[in-house]
Amino acid sequence: MGNLNFLQHLANGISLGSLYALIAIGYTMVYGILRLINFAHGDIFMLGAYITYYGILFTSIPWWLVFIFASIFTGFIGLLLEKIAYRPLRESPRITILISAIGASFFLQNFGIVVFGGRPKAFPVPNILNKVIRLGGVSVGIVTFVIPTVTIILLLGLTYFITKTKTGMAMRALSKDYETASLMGIDINRIISITFFIGSFLAAVGGVMWGTKYPQLMPLMGVMPGLKCFIAAVIGGIGNITGAVIGGFILGLGEILLIAFLPNLTGYRDAFAFVLLIIILLVKPTGLMGEKITEKV
Amino acid sequence: MKKKFGLLLLVSMLIISSLAGCSQSQDTGGGSSDVIKIGVFEPMTGANAAGGQMTVEGIELAHEAKGEVLGKKVELVIVDNKSDKVESANAASRLIEKDEVVAIIGSYGSSLSMAAGDIVKKAEVPAVGCSPTNPLVTLNNDYYFRVCFIDPFQGTVMANYAVNDLGAKTAAVIQDVTQDYSVGLSKYFIDAFKELTGDDNSIVETSSYNTGDQDFSAQLTNVKAKNPDVIFAPGNYGESALLIRQARDLGIDVPILGGDTWESPEFLSIGGDAVEGAVFSTHFTAEAPVTNVSGIFLEAYREKFEKEANAFAALGYDAYMVIMDTIEKAGSADPKAIRDGLAELEGFVGATGNITLDENGDAVKSAVINKVENGEFVYLTTVEPK
Repeated sequence: MGNLNFLQHLANGISLGSLYALIAIGYTMVYGILRLINFAHGDIFMLGAYITYYGILFTSIPWWLVFIFASIFTGFIGLLLEKIAYRPLRESPRITILISAIGASFFLQNFGIVVFGGRPKAFPVPNILNKVIRLGGVSVGIVTFVIPTVTIILLLGLTYFITKTKTGMAMRALSKDYETASLMGIDINRIISITFFIGSFLAAVGGVMWGTKYPQLMPLMGVMPGLKCFIAAVIGGIGNITGAVIGGFILGLGEILLIAFLPNLTGYRDAFAFVLLIIILLVKPTGLMGEKITEKV
Repeated sequence: MKKKFGLLLLVSMLIISSLAGCSQSQDTGGGSSDVIKIGVFEPMTGANAAGGQMTVEGIELAHEAKGEVLGKKVELVIVDNKSDKVESANAASRLIEKDEVVAIIGSYGSSLSMAAGDIVKKAEVPAVGCSPTNPLVTLNNDYYFRVCFIDPFQGTVMANYAVNDLGAKTAAVIQDVTQDYSVGLSKYFIDAFKELTGDDNSIVETSSYNTGDQDFSAQLTNVKAKNPDVIFAPGNYGESALLIRQARDLGIDVPILGGDTWESPEFLSIGGDAVEGAVFSTHFTAEAPVTNVSGIFLEAYREKFEKEANAFAALGYDAYMVIMDTIEKAGSADPKAIRDGLAELEGFVGATGNITLDENGDAVKSAVINKVENGEFVYLTTVEPK
């Protein structure tokens, strides 16, 4: 394999990895703060992509504005989901909410099939994002630059928000001890709503970016990316936002390099992610950058 | 406490799995003697949704045209097999056991048809496939028939096109390893291509992927390094459209060829400019009607759907009409009688051509080659079987 070829594989891997990283951020943030694995994250991701699709189709607003509005709108759907599916169960054991999350996920998938139809839709990719740059012999799509940039910006913005702002501080307090936090005058409902809003917003941004890179929308499109980004979040240390980004890159690069160097194992592409999950759970259950979690009983 | 959680988990899983088994078709209660029930199992959702829905359009059109046979009403029971092999087997069982259908039509996707093969054989209910092209669908199964050609022919047609029309000396093959259709068609293409070029090393790369994959950049980068004259990549329309997009983005500019599954509006809309020039074989085109039934079908389709018909609708139409014809000739709607009638079907004039079923239950028909030009499928030529 020539150097050029290897560079192309590397570019492909980084491109896929940054997409995984983007979706994993939202996943891990909701977990980090609420200790809830939001299994519907992948389906919110799907909704984000579809809402953008309809936004571009039925309105004449410029595409980048549609991207932003659709993501915000999806954020509100996430907020609604929390109100309906999770809030009534807040005092219940954690496993109940987990199962409610699985139910929400199934509901959204089937809602998608009924409302959007089973046949795939072609995501309208803006021409400017369709361009390809050729550097020497390596071809890189514009999206490949846009996605990591968006990921890094969101990562920095989110880190700033959580560590520096008052709401962020409340979020961290909530993640440490929920009852004490409420005794300190923190409006628990508001903070949880904000957390879900941001988490769903991030999922939607991921959905939009996914759509521009792989412009085929299907009601079940969120299932595999959802699972993989969950794995990425676990690899990085679930709850840790920087870890999620690192986990996403490891997963994306790993997948591409696996197919590149061991083409016979292509059929095990998805299995690769799960094997990686098992290994990390055996070797370092807290993930690469995870904190030590003491189980609250 | 822990025990309680475990129980809760178990119960919810049971509920989920039982819900997943439900199907969308209405319960009509079997056994009534004044209706003849024909079962249809096709992918209405999932990776093959477009193919299944196009086929069902054709079946429903045929049902509207001929809703009665032997003085009894014909009822269609349509079940979604969700583009999933397990669901497909369940759908076939359900049609036989619950709805007590006398014959089954389906399914788009060879893997989905093969999943139901053993079930129809055991229950002794005949099935007629519209577009599953893998030879294994009907092989050693006296109860499975089809109204389309099979892949040994389709693979040869495309290899011929690559070598004789494009002058290709080397080829790369990219197949979907989870689809029997794609794996089979690739194999026949490879065999034919090697024979035509007389060079055992003319296939420079064989790559694979899975249904549901969205990223093909690693496979394509490997293919690009081998510099083939042509790429053969049969697979689902969605995956194929993404694959071709990514190939063009990587700077691969050689012709890309495929099979009949590419004929769907989604292939064009998802592929965009990238699929311009893509060439594939299929069963039928509205541009070249073959029989007087083609004309009737095209007219009826245009009237109902206000667009030109596709090959899958035509095959769905034919599959239904073949069953009606067989019931009429046999004078009975007994599954066994229908099977025996189908096994002897000869010279049936369908929308897609004259259908005669051979000893395996396969139709021998001509193939059409289409090309994508200006965002539309354009008819190139018709290839007759040898």
